[in-house]
Amino acid sequence: MNSSVITFPGSNCDRDMDVALKKFGFKNKMVWHDDIELPKSDLVVLPGGFSYGDYLRCGSMASKSKIMKSVLNFAKGGGKIMGICNGFQILVESGLLPGILLRNRYLEFICKNIFVKVNDKNNPYFNNIKKDTLELHIAHNEGSYFCSKEQLKEINDNNQVALLYSDKEGNVNDASNPNGSIKNIAGIFNKEKNILGMMPHPERMIDNMLSGEDGSIFFENLINNLK
Amino acid sequence: MIVNEQIALDHGLKKDEYKKICNLLKRTPNITELGIFSAMWNEHCSYKSSKFHLKNLPTKGKNVIQGPGENAGVIDIGDDDAIVFKIESHNHPSFIEPYQGAATGVGGIMRDIFTMGARPIANLNSIHFGSPQHKKTKNLLRGVVRGIGGYGNCMGVPTIAGQTSFDESYNGNILVNAMTLGLVKKNKIFYSKATGLGKPVIYVGSKTGRDGIHGASMASAVFDEKIEEKKPTVQVGDPFTEKLLLEACLELMAGDSIIAIQDMGAAGLTSSSIEMASKGNLGIEINLSKVPCREPKMTPYEIMLSESQERMLIVLENGKEDMAKKIFDKWNLDFAVIGKTNKSKKIELYFNEEKVANIPINILVENSPMYDRKWKKTKLPKKIKIKKEQFKNLKIIDVLNKILSNPNICSKEWIWQQYDHTVMGDTIQKPGGDAGVVRIHGADKAVAASVDSSAVYCWAHPLSGGKQIVCESWRNLISVGAKPIAITNCLNFGSPENEENMGEFVECVEGLGEASLYLEFPVVSGNVSFYNQTKDIGIKPTPSIGGVGLIKNCKNMVTMDLKETNNTLLVIGKTEGHLDQSIFARDILNEKNGPPPEINLFNEKNNGETVLKLINKKFIRSAHDISLGGIIIALSKMCIKGKKGAILKKPNHLINQFEYLFGEDQGRYILEIDNNNLKDVTEILEENSVHFDELGSVSDNYLTIDDKTKISIDDLVKSHTNWLTNYMEN
Repeated sequence: MNSSVITFPGSNCDRDMDVALKKFGFKNKMVWHDDIELPKSDLVVLPGGFSYGDYLRCGSMASKSKIMKSVLNFAKGGGKIMGICNGFQILVESGLLPGILLRNRYLEFICKNIFVKVNDKNNPYFNNIKKDTLELHIAHNEGSYFCSKEQLKEINDNNQVALLYSDKEGNVNDASNPNGSIKNIAGIFNKEKNILGMMPHPERMIDNMLSGEDGSIFFENLINNLK
Repeated sequence: MIVNEQIALDHGLKKDEYKKICNLLKRTPNITELGIFSAMWNEHCSYKSSKFHLKNLPTKGKNVIQGPGENAGVIDIGDDDAIVFKIESHNHPSFIEPYQGAATGVGGIMRDIFTMGARPIANLNSIHFGSPQHKKTKNLLRGVVRGIGGYGNCMGVPTIAGQTSFDESYNGNILVNAMTLGLVKKNKIFYSKATGLGKPVIYVGSKTGRDGIHGASMASAVFDEKIEEKKPTVQVGDPFTEKLLLEACLELMAGDSIIAIQDMGAAGLTSSSIEMASKGNLGIEINLSKVPCREPKMTPYEIMLSESQERMLIVLENGKEDMAKKIFDKWNLDFAVIGKTNKSKKIELYFNEEKVANIPINILVENSPMYDRKWKKTKLPKKIKIKKEQFKNLKIIDVLNKILSNPNICSKEWIWQQYDHTVMGDTIQKPGGDAGVVRIHGADKAVAASVDSSAVYCWAHPLSGGKQIVCESWRNLISVGAKPIAITNCLNFGSPENEENMGEFVECVEGLGEASLYLEFPVVSGNVSFYNQTKDIGIKPTPSIGGVGLIKNCKNMVTMDLKETNNTLLVIGKTEGHLDQSIFARDILNEKNGPPPEINLFNEKNNGETVLKLINKKFIRSAHDISLGGIIIALSKMCIKGKKGAILKKPNHLINQFEYLFGEDQGRYILEIDNNNLKDVTEILEENSVHFDELGSVSDNYLTIDDKTKISIDDLVKSHTNWLTNYMEN
């Protein structure tokens, strides 16, 4: 499986993602934002970080990078694209996913382990995953997902909600919502479900010496699904 | 403008210093030159009050590659890997403008690290605020935490440990000390010594603006009521540009075109250019018209004194300019050839074809003032006599809850949750333990780091206090299973012109020197911050010690959370019940006198080395050093972290229960041991003549202190975690 991780100026989880993808068997290439062509890929990842310093709006300038033209074309052809954290912000700014990410409700950066309920398994990312809740890690300042009522209805009607912040048992409630996201949304798909955006970082959960190992489950499952 | 004595005084120079400048130059300096002198000769840059004493610190050791005098210290961690690290203060600016002050403190220290070719892999900080009741404290704390997070998070470097304290002596002068560790290959370390004549001098990074002019001078003066007017001296940080600068510099450093490199920190272009030339015994000429400026019509004076952030000065090999420029173009950073090295041994500045400064470098550096200031010795205070009736009405549970929620003891999760502590994917021990630990990327080994200070002990008796912090740093590293290697120090004090403050400095330095020599835990880098003083009131002496240790095999790392019911708990080191200057004496008995606990360096070293031996034999399930609050606070934290209880045994010797539980005797640890290994462990302890007592055993759900005293772990958690969040959110 070939993957590509795009490095924007200010990306800082690009190496972590590279390490994770390779650990689970992807042949990964790092792609510079100023490049024009994407290498042949089965998966394109927009990593976390602070592309362009998060200036203007998180992800907005990166969404206008040269490489994004190829990414948009890749998306149109049904290519799998995953945006993590800042990558999720870039995906909504580029119009590939609906909605927007606002500042966390207490206006503070949050770095901690959280649980998410896997809301939909009928997609290439979570198909066959055994667990119903995953322990992942968040590290963001602007992770509060928001969209209009109409968009929310459409997202729900199309089963586009990928992950919901929950407790360990999978209960979705306000106490388990770390950042004030509408309906506890932690990650969404596009209509066709080839594109996934999510705030939690699976790449930081791939080693029992680190924060945990549910990220390993995610990546193992992902590469098997893509094969 | 024609320079005169008054203008020199306005620049923070003393009368005799100005006289010395005129004598050395054999003329009156012009305004640009005066600015350069004021920048080089202020306390912050020249160490004029401290260097007389700092030279006595032990700085060598078998693992030391580079001691003080470079951008940061460097230690060997085997396999051609080296760790570059340093701690630095950003106190004055953080009080004036907490967000930017703290942010640029973090930015500045990271730049010191990657200037030497190392990729930053961990940040730490030590921050100190006034009384929680003081009207400024909450906003300062919020601003500083956001500033540290804002910069470090954007850079993608994990903040793995830190320390926060509150004390009314910081009401008018908070402390923000930032520390960074970087990783480099031993043969790819870059230094600031320029060599070779006619080599191009390159300016890279952000443009120069008018921010931070006289920042270093501001940081070398006492605060008064007009301090708000100093806001323009605080620099403004741009972590995004620094991230680009980091990547661009490391890309250039992968080749072999750099002769010398120096970041523009305090005193900006002035200090960086002069340091590189001075170390290489060369001259340097700079055409200031070529410096990329953010604002029009900047004068040579402003360009030389600006402390705009995210800038570097590089001496390059001839002919490498185009290749280097390509790299900085790729990262969208300014790149300009602004001068060259020469044999004049002077700094010669040109602006619009006109020579605007011409100063022999040795005058600026070697002839800078050095003062052996007057200082007063602090006598060891007499022990206080606590009367029996003072204990009479105290209930252990109440005292325990009160101390656990004391601002200086309580959980600081509200703070470190705002710092990205997991980015880079190698943080194997997060904040909240004895030390933060990061794995060396792709290897089995790891480095541990902690930062410590104990202003109360230093205030009561600076000599003992100085020793104590080094020992505490050592213990924190041992407690996670790391072999302590070296330290960096950030020495925060009041005005050196005051004999008592100077005495505190001298004796703290003596104490920390003595301990670091004995423990073979040398000082490889550091910084001095004097004038943490508002009018006549100085802070309590607060040296911060950043310790770094090596864990050869990650799997041997130990954490402090209790692991398994029925395991035995031992206290290593002798418990004598020293309450003077303890948090119990100060907070519960309201007794602020007496000596700090005594330091026995032999026991400290012997206990620590033996504990490390036990850890490496895998006999230790959890470990924690005993510090503020004594045995019971240390044990409570182990219970809280592990969500386990404990049952205490009655101590063997006759000792008042409060002294036993809350005494702050030094050189002690609590260890959790599997009962199957207990015999082996006690044998090793006895062989090494290490004193130990059986404290009790691990249990579930409750901490049981005696027949009548029992508290649930849930209650302990509440006492420990609620204070800071409630304080900040109400």
